Amino acid sequence: MSKSPGFFSAESNRKRRAAANGVMVTLTYVAAAVATLPLIFILFHLIKLGATSINPDFFIRMPQPVGEAGGGMANAIVGTLILISIAAAMGLPIGIGAGLYLADRKGSRLANVVRFLSDVMNGLPSIVMGIFAWELLVVPIGHFSALAGGVALGAMMIPLVTRTTEEMIATVPNTLREAALALGYQKWRTSLGVVLRTAMPGIVTGALVAVARVAGETAPLLFTAFGNHFWSTSLDKPIAALPLQIFTYAISPYDEWHSLAWAGALVLIAMVLVISIAARYVTRSRYGVAAD
Amino acid sequence: MTGGSSALDAGAAGGLSEVPPGPPPESRLANALAASHVGDRAYTVVTTAFAAFVPLLLILIGVAIIVAAWPAISTFGLGFITSSEWDVRAGKFGAAPALFGTIVSSIIALALATPFALGSAIFLSEFAPNWLKQPVGFLVDLLAAIPSVVYGLWGIFVLVPLLREHVMPFFRDTLHLGSTPFFSGPAYGPSMLAAGVLLAVMVLPYISAVSREVLRAVPRAQREAALALGATKWEMIRDAVIPAAKSGIVGGIILGLGRALGETMAVTMVIGNRPEISASLLAPGYSMASLIANEFSEATNDMHVAALMAVGALLFLITIVVNAIARWLVWSVSMKGEK
Amino acid sequence: MKHWKLVAAAALLAACSSEGSNATSDSANPGSSAGSNATLTGAGATFPYPIYSKWFSDYATETGVKINYQSIGSGGGIRQVQEQTVDFGATDAPMTNEEMAKAKGGAVLHFPTVLGADVITYNLPGLTSRLRLTGPVLADIFLGRVTKWNAPAIAALNPGVNLPNTDILVVHRSDGSGTTYIFTSYLTAVSPAWRAGPGAGKEVAWPVGLGGKGNEGVAGQVKQTPGSIGYVELAYAKQNGLAYALMQNAAGQFVEPTLASITAAAGAIADTLTDNSDYRVSIINPNGASAYPISSMTWLLVYENQTDAAKGRALVDFLRWAYEKGQPAASALDYAPLPDKMRAKLVTRLSSIKLPAGA
Repeated sequence: MSKSPGFFSAESNRKRRAAANGVMVTLTYVAAAVATLPLIFILFHLIKLGATSINPDFFIRMPQPVGEAGGGMANAIVGTLILISIAAAMGLPIGIGAGLYLADRKGSRLANVVRFLSDVMNGLPSIVMGIFAWELLVVPIGHFSALAGGVALGAMMIPLVTRTTEEMIATVPNTLREAALALGYQKWRTSLGVVLRTAMPGIVTGALVAVARVAGETAPLLFTAFGNHFWSTSLDKPIAALPLQIFTYAISPYDEWHSLAWAGALVLIAMVLVISIAARYVTRSRYGVAAD
Repeated sequence: MTGGSSALDAGAAGGLSEVPPGPPPESRLANALAASHVGDRAYTVVTTAFAAFVPLLLILIGVAIIVAAWPAISTFGLGFITSSEWDVRAGKFGAAPALFGTIVSSIIALALATPFALGSAIFLSEFAPNWLKQPVGFLVDLLAAIPSVVYGLWGIFVLVPLLREHVMPFFRDTLHLGSTPFFSGPAYGPSMLAAGVLLAVMVLPYISAVSREVLRAVPRAQREAALALGATKWEMIRDAVIPAAKSGIVGGIILGLGRALGETMAVTMVIGNRPEISASLLAPGYSMASLIANEFSEATNDMHVAALMAVGALLFLITIVVNAIARWLVWSVSMKGEK
Repeated sequence: MKHWKLVAAAALLAACSSEGSNATSDSANPGSSAGSNATLTGAGATFPYPIYSKWFSDYATETGVKINYQSIGSGGGIRQVQEQTVDFGATDAPMTNEEMAKAKGGAVLHFPTVLGADVITYNLPGLTSRLRLTGPVLADIFLGRVTKWNAPAIAALNPGVNLPNTDILVVHRSDGSGTTYIFTSYLTAVSPAWRAGPGAGKEVAWPVGLGGKGNEGVAGQVKQTPGSIGYVELAYAKQNGLAYALMQNAAGQFVEPTLASITAAAGAIADTLTDNSDYRVSIINPNGASAYPISSMTWLLVYENQTDAAKGRALVDFLRWAYEKGQPAASALDYAPLPDKMRAKLVTRLSSIKLPAGA
């Protein structure tokens, strides 16, 4: 047997394959590392550029005219809270109701259609929701309003909540449902009082995640809620919103506004992150079960 | 409650002996008896109505937009999609530059994101030690939670200057690619490249999450068989795992495409707002969503509004088709996995 | 845990809606004390936004009347007025007869508020003196014919200045803009090539360049992008420490945009205006040795026939305040106040706004 292995010999083949393995495995490590970089990058800049503007003023004061320092985003924060309340009032009942239907009638044709279309709707661009709400609620009424903005956001929440509700309900063991039925509960009582109640933590989480998602949306609000420099909580008038304000300030040339934009972004992200982390925590055990 | 329950008991008990996974089989008798109760009927009606609301809403959205777009569609016909002239004053509207921009920026995004998304998905499902899986997966998934406007903010103040001052000169001058059509023209900063890179970061978590799910769904037996035959880890992944997960992965990529096509705020803030088709990555461009976002509140004549609505209708149709394809691909894999 | 969340949410919603009905005005009852709680909504030009923003803030402090203004560009302002989705509009491009015909509420009156100027702002960090440009060269830059800063055409106008050998990055407006109208009207007046090409308008087909949204967007882009050039209202350039060019006027002089040179541009106009002028006049590229050539009036758009007594009253009162008390604030922000004679005529003209009974 020769000392140096031939090109096609078993040994050099093995070495080549081992080398290829090493390279590819390393590449996946690299890919994972790179994939986590942008988030760290973004959070770093957010904190560096936004933290300095986070003071009590930010939460209490109103925007100042350009060139004057010391403004805040109080109206935008309240505006966002009002908008997501409207959105939730519309999106949660419909979404949870639809989710219940999907879980009850898993195989029916309507259920399949609804499930499919919900997933498709989840991918619909938010600007499309905006022009839809404009067409239906701004044009006939004649002016911009918080209600129009809230409805645009609510329409976005529906497919999200529907699917998460269905998935959460599916995790409730069937024995629970059967036991209730066997004990004489009517169907609706079983679904609402037993199954829904058991799945409630997951459903609440799904609802919160949907709320967090729409709280950050800007495009649907551009021509519905429109924005407002003054304090307004009326549903019938234009209203300020945090993402809208961030957008306006970001594309402006004023440095004070840029700082406010970063601060606003930090507040928005903090809100979204807290909810996402809470959601992860609550559904962690379910993840573990599904992961095998 | 006492009256109907004994019949219900009978019906439910009768079905219990052969319960397959899924909701309890409802024999017609039990069904009829249950539904005959007012509470059940009300419950069924309400949930069915709410469920039916979803497709109705989608149809309503489509109809409202297409109706509003009709004046433009009937005036320009298919030429709307092919014409590059977007001249508001002259009343001529062609969506080609916006369509081009949407598609090109999305393709750039996919080209950049897919390797890293797939790589990280493989890492997480095959190699990562357990203590690393949760945090890394979490960090990647969190990218999906960041609002678009925050991406745009970061894009304007961090990404675009970085591209303009370092990356673009590198490609244009150091690598001498400036003479190719892809890197020609001045380096403004806001550009197709900037939009593509930002979109890549935004769609990465979607591709990664779906890929992770489908990779995880591949039965362990496949992996073990490959390893037993002497494959290296990489060969196992390449030959046993990925082929089984292939259509799901493609579905994930297409899902990412769907997201990229519809992104509005982040793209508006970094693409440069120029309705022109250019081969250069360095040139400013436009996307359909940005066009609508920029011009909608100021469209001063009815044809302009109709034209913008027509762009919206186009975007609506494209994203529905793309998302439907993605959905079908991913769904078919998970169905296969379940069987 | 879940229950208190629901309770908290319900309480928030209740609090908001009750606050809503108290805090914001009930402008629907006529006869309420002269708009002390009225709110007005306006939209339009970004050109005068710095001064309007100051005026609205001062006015709210003085009278309690809140005016919510969204600077979405003149084009947007005109549309909102036509559709009657706002109480007043603002524009630097006077409405055309066609646009006025489409206004749903009848006749629209133009009330000039201040004078301003489009300045040519640029980002060339190395330059120590002001750039000098002429109309034709400026047009060539925006046509894409002159592409480098050290091009002969520019160097000839700026002897001794060290111009870099870099690309000129043109920035223009992406939205429908009165500022663009002013700028392109000027280019049309001074450059046959521009007149034959993109022409004048609130939106034109720009041969080259990046689009920014609003005066703010253009100023922001120029500020961020070395080697860029754009056109913005004077206040924006000043507020952001951006350099701006000396332009050659019709008399051949290189003039800096200042209060004096802007006022000089309007100099002849006040005398020539008849009493029933509709004030849709242009002061672009006038004669006059010290006039800045790219100056303009900016207008508020109000319907002649007001349907809401309280709002109509509030509008008239605000305009009168702007004419009688607002002009000093304008100078402080580098907008030229209207000539006194013109102001007096405009105050008289306010009575042509017809208010319904009970205002």
